[in-house]
Formats: sequence, C-alpha cells, structure tokens
Amino acid sequence: MPEASQLMPGWLQLMADSFWPLLYAGLMFTVPLTLISFAAGLVLAFVVALIRLFGPAPLVWLVRFYVWLIRGTPLLVQLFVIFYGLPSVGIVLDPLPAALIGFTLNVGAYNSEVIRAAIEATPKGQWEAAYSLSMTRAQALRRTVLPQAARVAVPPLANSFISLVKDTSLAAVLTVPEIFQAAQRIAAVTYEPLILYLEAAFIYLIFSSVLTTLQGRLEKRYGQHAVFSGKLR
Amino acid sequence: MIRLHEISKHFGPLHVLQHINADIPEGSVTALIGPSGSGKSTMLRCVNLLEIPESGVLTLGDQTLRFTGTTPPINAVLRIRKQTGMVFQNFQLFPHRTVVENVMEGLVTVLRWPRQKARGRAMELLEKVDMAAKADAWPATLSGGQQQRVAIARALAPSPRVLLCDEPTSALDPSLAAEVVRVLRLLASEGMTMLMATHDLRLAASIAQQVIFLQDGRIVEAGTPSQIFNAPAHEQTRNFVTTLTASRTDAE
Repeated sequence: MPEASQLMPGWLQLMADSFWPLLYAGLMFTVPLTLISFAAGLVLAFVVALIRLFGPAPLVWLVRFYVWLIRGTPLLVQLFVIFYGLPSVGIVLDPLPAALIGFTLNVGAYNSEVIRAAIEATPKGQWEAAYSLSMTRAQALRRTVLPQAARVAVPPLANSFISLVKDTSLAAVLTVPEIFQAAQRIAAVTYEPLILYLEAAFIYLIFSSVLTTLQGRLEKRYGQHAVFSGKLR
Repeated sequence: MIRLHEISKHFGPLHVLQHINADIPEGSVTALIGPSGSGKSTMLRCVNLLEIPESGVLTLGDQTLRFTGTTPPINAVLRIRKQTGMVFQNFQLFPHRTVVENVMEGLVTVLRWPRQKARGRAMELLEKVDMAAKADAWPATLSGGQQQRVAIARALAPSPRVLLCDEPTSALDPSLAAEVVRVLRLLASEGMTMLMATHDLRLAASIAQQVIFLQDGRIVEAGTPSQIFNAPAHEQTRNFVTTLTASRTDAE
C-alpha cells in the first residue's frame, strides 16, 4: 500500500498532520480560556454595572477608574504587566491564570458598559409599573428590568464574545499553548508559516462560527415576546 | 378613608402641589381634572408614593405617613403602596410576560402566592375585564384598549384598597376608550374606590361621585360632577370646563 504522503501534495499533508495538534490546542486551551474568562468577566461586568447605576459615590469612582484604565490600554500590554511585570513585586503567576485574569478584567470592563446601557434602556415606566405592584428595587430589577435588558444586551455581548475567542491568541505571548502558539511552534520547525497561520485562522473561524450560533438561540429566547423578531418587513 | 393633608411637592423651584387637602371616601369614585401641568398626575402619584411629597400627611386605611423632606423608610412606603393599585396612561404591561403572567406578577412576586392559585385569581380578573380569551397572548399583539383592560386586571389582582388611574383613556381612540370606560364603570358599580386623573369629561361625569379641579398645584374647587360641570363656583373652573366641552363639541 502506498504511503499517504505519496498521494498528497506536501502542503496538504502538512495541513493534515498539523490539524489535530491545532484543534487539540483549541479544545484544551482556547475554548476553556474563552468560556471561563467570559463567564467570570460577565459576572464582574454585572457587578460593575450595578455599582455604576446604584452604588455609593466612592465605589462608583472606583469602578469608573477601572473601566477607564482597562479600556484605555492595550490588552497585550495588560497581559505583559500581569505575567512579566507583577513578578517584580513578588506576584508570580502561571501563564494560564495570568491569561485568565487579563481576559476577565478586559471582558468585565467592556461589558459593564453594555449591561449598564441595556438596563438604562428599559423605560422608566416599567420600573414604575413594578413599583406600583409593591415590588422592591431588587424585585423590579430581577423580574421586570433584567429580562428586558437581556434582550437588548445579547447582540453586543455576542460581539464581545467573538472578539474574545480571537483575542485569546494573545495568550501565546504568555507561553500558553493555545491555537496560535501551537501554529507558531510547528511553523518554526517546518518553515511553512503561510500554511500554518492560514490553518490557525481557519480553526479560529470554526470556533467562532460554532459559538455564533449560540447568539441566534439566545436572541430567540429573549425576543419571543416581540412582534417583529428579526425582520422589520 | 384616604386622606391627603397639607400635601406639598416641588420639583426644584417648581411647586407642583401646594397644600393639598382631600378626603377620598371609600366605595366611591373621585375624578381629578385640570389643565396639563396642574398637578393631577403628581397628586395621584403621591398617593402610592411614586412621588414622595416634601411635607404633609398621607393616610390610607390604618397607615399614616408624615413627610418631613427626607426619604421615608422603604417599609413605610410599601405599607402604603400595598393598599394601592395603579393604571398608567401608557398601560406599561410587562412586554416579556404573557397577559395572564402580567396579572399574576404582583401575586407571585410580592405576595408569594403559589402559581396555581395566582393563575386562578388572574383568570377571574381577566374574565371580569373580558380578556380571558387572550390569557396566553403577548401584550405586543393586543390593541391599546385590550392592553389597558389587562393593566386594570393586573392592578386589581392584589386587592388594593384604592385603584389609581392616571389618564386611563388618553392614549386610546374613542371606541377603544369606551371599552375601558365600560370596565371602569363596572368596577365603580361594585364599589371599588377609585381616584383618577382624566381629561375625559364623559368618564369623569359618568362614573365619578366627586370631582376635584386642580390648577397650578392647588385645589380650586371640589364637588359633585353636576356642581363642577354645570354650576362651578369659581371663574377658573368655569373657564376650564368651557374649554373641555368646547373641544368635545369640536371633535364630534
């Protein structure tokens, strides 16, 4: 029986050989990194949004400072500060936790603004209707405002989620063996950067496409009450 | 008894309510009339404390709250508010809940009724406002008149002592308004205590036992509908009633 390598052109063979290592890197590192830091970042974003809307002044200033700092500096620089900088003051983190912290802080800052805006987009009359039924502020928020805010927030949150899938490639510089780092490693020994990086791009495309289908489902779930869901005409 | 004693409210330098004194007898309907900006909506919202007056005393049943310019404790507010239900000009149904869920909401979330029992009560009220057939519809699929009737059922669900109606027919065309007036008249005939702010002369004249005329945040005159509409004692009242009837004649 002839070897597979005799039937396939060299570049295709290389792609086939490196596909599983890259996919493995994606499943073992890119996906968990994305899911964990997005989940933790959303919790953080929600707390920050609630503080900005309802918190006492000193806390409001604190969270505004946090959002300003994170949004105003490059993610790559933040990751370097956490992983390469903090050891100077005695805080030594492994690559993966350092990346998780960096991405979580980032997701938290950007999405706190999304959540705040979505809560503010709920008409004042809806709060009043809830209050007129003797709901407390917490009940009004939970039962009336948040379900409506969720519908508004899903598309921008999905945007941020897809950005994060791709931003996790920055973890490569912290030596996390995710998709891009795996591609770099193989490219370094095969001298085929074009093939490897195109393949890495393709695998990111697969992951973000799969994850995007989630957005449609969430929009449907939170938008089932709308007369026009989807098409305006 | 619902009693407002020397209630005053201002938004910044604007005095919206000044020394309001009013007794709302139970089992009857009181209509608040007056030009836009006269303070009738604010007066209504002071009864369920969506607006907190700066001074005065509010009594609902056995609860009395004295206002001192500071925010009263939430428990005191809720003790008053739980005796009220409110119907808004723009309905304000919860768009993410079905018709029957809207009516159940106060019972389930605030009064902690089991869902089954709450659903039973909600269906009874939907029967009363003739909306039972739409129990599982989304609010966005209903006409304005239908939405307002559901809103009335929602406000009635926790059995309030008084139903506050803020311009309940103003956002509706005449035929839809008539549906809502019919429901309000039915409630009035059953002895529901109601306080309503309205521009709708027909609504005020046909179901209210007492009419209060407000202008510039003060009560100018109060009396029976025939007193206020046919023989007003004050010049201001006479002028306002004339504009109301004139615009009605124009419209017809």
